Amino acid sequence: MKTVFTTFAAAGALALGAALSPALAAGHLGASVTLGMQLEPPMLDPTGGAAAAIDEVVYANIFEGLTRFGSDGSIKPALAESWTISDDGLVYTFKLHAGVKYHDGTGLDADDVKFSLDRARGEDSTNAQKALFAAIESVEVVDATTVRITLSKATGNFLFNMAWGDAVIVAPESVETNATNPIGTGPFKFARWVKGDRVEIEYNPDYWGAAAQIEGATFKFISDPTAAFAAVMAEDLDAFPAFPAPEILDQLKDDPRFRVIVGSTEGETILSTNNKQAPFDDVRVREAVAHAIDRQAIIDGAMFGYGTPIGTHFAPHNPAYVDLTGQSNYDPDRARELLADAGYPDGFKATLKLPPPAYARRGGEIIAAQLRDVGIELEISNLEWAQWLEQVFRGKDFDLTIISHTEPMDIGIYGRDDYYFQYSDDGFKSILEELNATADEGRRTALLQQAQRKIADDYVNGYLFQLARTGVAKQGLKGLWENAPTQANDLTAVYWE
Amino acid sequence: MLRYALKRFLSLSLSLVAASVVIFFVIEVVPGDPASYMLGLNAQPDTVAALRQELGLEGSAIERYFRWVTGVVQGDFGVSYTYRTPVSELIADRLWVSLPLAVYALTLSTLIAFPAGIVAASRRGSAADTTVMGVTQFGIAVPNFWFAMLLVLLFSITLRWFSAGGFPGWEEGLISGIKALTLPAVALALPQASILARVMRSALLDTLDEDFVRTARAKGLSRSQALWRHALRNAMIPVLTIIGLQFSFLLAGAIIIENVFFLPGLGRLVFQGITQRDLIVVESVVLILVLAIIVVTFLVDLAYAWVDPRLRQRS
Amino acid sequence: MSEVEVNRAEANEIWRSALRSRSFVIGAVVTVVFVVAALVSFLWTPYDVTELVIADRFKRPSAGHWFGTDQFGRDIFSMVMVGARTSIAVAVVAVGIGVVAGVPLGLAAAAKRDSLLDEVIMRSNDMIFSFPALLIAILITAVFGPGVVNAIIAIGIFNTPVFARLARGAALSLWTRDFLLAARVAGKGKALISLEHILPNITNLLIVQGTIQFSLGILAEAGLSYVGLGAQPPLPSWGRMLAESQTLISIAPHVAIFPGLAIVLTVLGLNLMGDGLRDILDPRLRRARN
Repeated sequence: MKTVFTTFAAAGALALGAALSPALAAGHLGASVTLGMQLEPPMLDPTGGAAAAIDEVVYANIFEGLTRFGSDGSIKPALAESWTISDDGLVYTFKLHAGVKYHDGTGLDADDVKFSLDRARGEDSTNAQKALFAAIESVEVVDATTVRITLSKATGNFLFNMAWGDAVIVAPESVETNATNPIGTGPFKFARWVKGDRVEIEYNPDYWGAAAQIEGATFKFISDPTAAFAAVMAEDLDAFPAFPAPEILDQLKDDPRFRVIVGSTEGETILSTNNKQAPFDDVRVREAVAHAIDRQAIIDGAMFGYGTPIGTHFAPHNPAYVDLTGQSNYDPDRARELLADAGYPDGFKATLKLPPPAYARRGGEIIAAQLRDVGIELEISNLEWAQWLEQVFRGKDFDLTIISHTEPMDIGIYGRDDYYFQYSDDGFKSILEELNATADEGRRTALLQQAQRKIADDYVNGYLFQLARTGVAKQGLKGLWENAPTQANDLTAVYWE
Repeated sequence: MLRYALKRFLSLSLSLVAASVVIFFVIEVVPGDPASYMLGLNAQPDTVAALRQELGLEGSAIERYFRWVTGVVQGDFGVSYTYRTPVSELIADRLWVSLPLAVYALTLSTLIAFPAGIVAASRRGSAADTTVMGVTQFGIAVPNFWFAMLLVLLFSITLRWFSAGGFPGWEEGLISGIKALTLPAVALALPQASILARVMRSALLDTLDEDFVRTARAKGLSRSQALWRHALRNAMIPVLTIIGLQFSFLLAGAIIIENVFFLPGLGRLVFQGITQRDLIVVESVVLILVLAIIVVTFLVDLAYAWVDPRLRQRS
Repeated sequence: MSEVEVNRAEANEIWRSALRSRSFVIGAVVTVVFVVAALVSFLWTPYDVTELVIADRFKRPSAGHWFGTDQFGRDIFSMVMVGARTSIAVAVVAVGIGVVAGVPLGLAAAAKRDSLLDEVIMRSNDMIFSFPALLIAILITAVFGPGVVNAIIAIGIFNTPVFARLARGAALSLWTRDFLLAARVAGKGKALISLEHILPNITNLLIVQGTIQFSLGILAEAGLSYVGLGAQPPLPSWGRMLAESQTLISIAPHVAIFPGLAIVLTVLGLNLMGDGLRDILDPRLRRARN
């Protein structure tokens, strides 16, 4: 049996200890931090909804899972202090920290883990990421701090799956009310929620791990970018980690009170193409579209320069990333040639359905202008989210759309036949299958690269850019996540200098 | 009078019932499913089905209509799909912003419109009259969201006297609450005040033309004495009608302004409800707004009938 | 004098007083300017409104770009011209819907006064009036999707009861007049009388109300486009220009100011014209004001 005893916990504690010393020296906690967020979460239970705003409040702050994401996207231990994996990759045995208490004073034990995972994968589960738990065959309680999870098939990224906000551990006593009064195990406790305005969380003195260094935090919901800008300038906010309007950032850059933080996200922004809809079922047409797109113009025009061009569906900051942008370089003449080859020398008409975010709305207008240049007339239709989900995502009634796929490591969606862009390729599926059954890192990287090349060769979608995370914070505020490996505002390491 | 009141009451109640049917079925045909909205891109079909079951979305529309209406009659508006809290609680929370905002805007608008209308009417044709008429023409023509943007540009971004939006909550103190509502109230009040001032002016001019005022003037009252003693009271009926209608409009009509200033009011609740397909919230709020307007209409009708006996007889 | 001559004399009189009415002249001039701008935009605009020149974005107003450029480097003056087209078209058709649907309903209700038909028509009017208009418009576009056509329908629905009420009220007072009694005695049916005698007599009222609804329609279209439910890109619309400029107002205020001014001026022009028309066409008011 192969054993992976992690030293992360010790290393993490050391790092935190170093960071902690200024606060400790002063003998008190840093002042509460006020963070701006664009959207208000509809509720606060991360196991019952997909809204990113839920995790942006509760992930790592209130709720914790067996594992967790670090700021760099690595997987770290959380409630599980260590684990062992059987040689066939099917049995995971997690050793939980002892003495972990929920905010209501009850203790956490292996039964809670079994309850949470069984609930998430159960028949009447309303977990938005139920697929994360699909491989679990059984969850057994070995003793109060040991859980054994048996998988039906080897899943290379199981520890990664368990780090998601949707996989946090909840208590059966409080599960019904977590939506409005979340009870977790994290370093902060839920304090109150003024609907429509803010959520407040406070320091948890009984936290099992390295304690937080601030008294608490307020998440203030400001959807309008102008108002967000005004609130930052007036110092009503200490930070706005995902600032909604890149166009305004330049004004903040010049102000010595603030620093602008530019990091990466897991959001591959793509021109999604309906691969079963004529004429886009012809790879030459899709290639033509790819060559008609000037990525840099879109990044400049829609995102004011923030964003990294991508040539495939993979995050550029990931070590396994291959830069394939050259394969679909901006070349309108080549695009026209390809269109003529495919039998559309005079171009054609198609629809472009856009969801609400600015990257889609602005990017859509730019892409429409670029495609018009090679003869493709796009009729733009701006949709609300609910309409987009209904028509595009569920109904597959679209030609083109723009969307950022913000889930980490989601190249697997290309293996789903029923997925909305309707790409179906056995070659790709066999790469995925092999990947899932592989634990060796080197081999996994090779397979991931193969997968990236495959979808780029097939020009499945138009690959535009990796969404940047642009934030602003007061100079003295340290420890915020720069990147967004998952949508979260992890405050466990935040402190005032 | 009683007969007339009863008749109007009955017909307006019928309107309300009809409205509830229209509201429910219009909203129910809105495409888009609250469960898939909440569960996002990676949701599996069985998860969506489970959530639909949990939210009570299964079952025929007629069945759900009666469930909703019987609940509403008993004061139970159901539970919001997205917020998972009772709709009545959500509405009550939001009313604490919308109601003060409406009252504030209406007070501002009345404080501006009354003097302006009276001055314009009492000195018809004067420079003051022309100014009032000109300014109010502008006030009607300005889209209030644009006016709101200009207010933000001037008072929040340039002068920094007010925050650009948001609402701290009344527990942060009366002053900060009022401060947060000031720019939105001004933006809402401008067109309302313009309309009200014009109605005031023309109502005054109309009554000044009526026989009893002419008689009073023939007995030696000056024009402004006649205006203050007789015309003003009689002109109040159309003015109050407009105020009543404006109030019910302000409760819901502030949707756009609430969005510009991101105030957690009733209008924004409905707007979010529509985008998130939280249909039960939308249905209940729209019904309440319709009820408010119907009640105001009823009161105005009664006031008219009380003042003008001919109306009573005619029906 | 024959009827034709009477009408001509009346028309001349109307024209003369029209030119004397200051508000009518100012309003008409402003309105005509925008209508002409909208018409010219079909043939010519200073720049192509669909061409994006991102390098030229946020240019301040200058000789090259009278109103400056927007976030994509498009010429705002050209966009305002084309936007006029959208606004005017939406408002005109919405008023048309209101007239075509509302006036016959109002006339029918008046002809069958106190009947069940009357009651049903008037109660439906009450009901539509009691709905919060913007909300219903938002719902309509949520059902049918955003776009110019649905914006027109949404605005048109709320114009219908306005015209129905107006037509009914005016027709009711006409039904008591002698010349209608004469027509009834002559054996004409109510529908025919409504068409031949009542409709021509309420045209003036309808024109005045139509102008007012026209200006309200422009405001409504702007509001709908502002919340994203009106015209879809790349077709410029004043309301959407404002919506898109909201985040830019602190860096490029001119992007928000010009489309806003265009709305204000058009609505102002139409309202002034409506006021002027009312003074001219409604003799009772004309007397009262003189």
